[in-house]
Amino acid sequence: MSMVRNRSWLGWSILLLGFAFLYLPILLLMLYSFNSSRLATVWAGFSTKWYGELFRDRQLLEAAWVSLKVAFWTATASMVLGTMAAMAMTRFTRFPGKTVFGALVTAPLVMPEVIIGLSILLMLVSMGAMFGLPSKGVVAIWIAHVTFTISFVTVVVSSRLQELDRSLEEAAMDLGANRLKVFFLITLPIIAPALLSGWLLAFTLSLDDVVIASFVAGPSSTTLPMKIFASVRMGVSPKINALATLMVLLVSTVSVLGWWISARAEKRRQRDMQLALQENG
Amino acid sequence: MSTPAANPASDINEAATLRQRLRQWLPGARSAVIGVPYLWLLLFFAIPFLIVLKLSFAKMASSIPPYTSLIEYVDVDKAFTVHLNLGNYTQLLADSQYVLAYLSSIKIAVVATFFTLLIGYPMAYVISRMSPSARNIAMMLVVLPSWTSFLIRVYAWIGILDSNGLVNRALQALGLIDEPLHILYTPLAAYIGIVYCYLPFMVLPLYANLVKLDNRLLEAAYDLGAKPWQAFVRITLPLSRSGIVAGCMLVMIPAVGEFVIPEMLGGPDTLMIGRVLWGEFFNNRNWPLASAVAIVMLVLLLIPILLFNRAQQRELEGKLA
Repeated sequence: MSMVRNRSWLGWSILLLGFAFLYLPILLLMLYSFNSSRLATVWAGFSTKWYGELFRDRQLLEAAWVSLKVAFWTATASMVLGTMAAMAMTRFTRFPGKTVFGALVTAPLVMPEVIIGLSILLMLVSMGAMFGLPSKGVVAIWIAHVTFTISFVTVVVSSRLQELDRSLEEAAMDLGANRLKVFFLITLPIIAPALLSGWLLAFTLSLDDVVIASFVAGPSSTTLPMKIFASVRMGVSPKINALATLMVLLVSTVSVLGWWISARAEKRRQRDMQLALQENG
Repeated sequence: MSTPAANPASDINEAATLRQRLRQWLPGARSAVIGVPYLWLLLFFAIPFLIVLKLSFAKMASSIPPYTSLIEYVDVDKAFTVHLNLGNYTQLLADSQYVLAYLSSIKIAVVATFFTLLIGYPMAYVISRMSPSARNIAMMLVVLPSWTSFLIRVYAWIGILDSNGLVNRALQALGLIDEPLHILYTPLAAYIGIVYCYLPFMVLPLYANLVKLDNRLLEAAYDLGAKPWQAFVRITLPLSRSGIVAGCMLVMIPAVGEFVIPEMLGGPDTLMIGRVLWGEFFNNRNWPLASAVAIVMLVLLLIPILLFNRAQQRELEGKLA
């Protein structure tokens, strides 16, 4: 008994330290956004003036708008392509070139960003030279972001597809539904929470990226992370703290909400399945 | 719509042919599901590497785009000539700065991965032993920071490690140091940044692995008289090997090419190959040399990437690793 208590005490302190390590820096950052001093490390009193300055910075707001647009369309395209790739990996046991396909789907998860950025830029420049297209800009950022976020969506969706009870799909097929119908009527509603988390993941990854975007952005399109990076290189600025606070609040609200919705959907689904089993059993 | 079932027989026929047509089209749907993402990734992920490879044999030029073409048509000889310039690679080997950058990147990545594992494993283990609902909340708390901007999380450490920052003032208040320690803009700060930012990527696969661990194995070991640490070393640790490998690869491979963390926290003494590539590309505008730097980095990372690919592919297909 004492051993169990000792171990749970140890466990709690490990978790507490771990979470303190993860969260303290972010909380301090948020605290100092309300500092009235320009020196971001010396507390001089409460003030919200940096938020005011933030909203008067037109360039920063424009960059934020570009980033949000790119992230939205990246997440949407990535969700569709990533789900297709997940279906291909989990449902089609064999097709020509599957090993290569698997490598293409998994490698972007670990590929260093500088390599992805450089290689996509060179590809777009070559294509631009061939077809006379502009090779840099917002569309280029979108293409690059979709390419590196597909894999993350695929991982999230395919783990859901694996847990899915295949007998539901088989039953629908037995009743005469074709595969496309089965997908849209049975599979899609069940994996929808995974699609949502995949979408959110791709959205935040795109909203976050500075390295890949720097390679392909060109002079006319600047994203928010590029702006932040440029200003942070000059040193600490409380305005960036204010911006960070708003971003952290936004992202954590959305992700907690997304987590809660999918947890609730999962609970309801399990209850429905149990009810269905009871009725039939 | 306005004339419901004017001719039921033809309607049924029509539906049947429609279904037939759909069925004919279905192999099309199957190939589209495979083909569309396949084509996208080939075009924007695989082929670009060939272009990087090609460009690494080119020369820098003051044109747009800023490099020479490998194949040239010489009118006098009526022949194509291929210029394979090995100069970029010999420069990488000859200049010790590049070799040192590769070695120091690998060292930093390996050491940081080790510390990430040291912090991440106990966390993942404790969470995996909690009740299912507590587990979900704890894992969400682990992942949540990585959903908030990476750049901002790195930036947060500038204020903490600064000579006026929290760490130094706390140590001074405790009377442990008289002079502020220089942590910011040193390799130590880069290590802290990497461990901090990549910790969730270590915990995630470890947790996924440890949560599947069969408790009865540990109970059996205890019944047979094993001490907790013996049970841990001989059962838990070997069974979680695939999680350890996945976590370490997820941290180490991208950390080797990391640019933002050493640039923001590491100062001039933190030599990493991602920074070298960035400098060659943006500051020197030497695209061919940057390409050669990328190709050598890829070759160095090839074995870890292949290891990761194989494990991940099994995971995607639902086979037990």
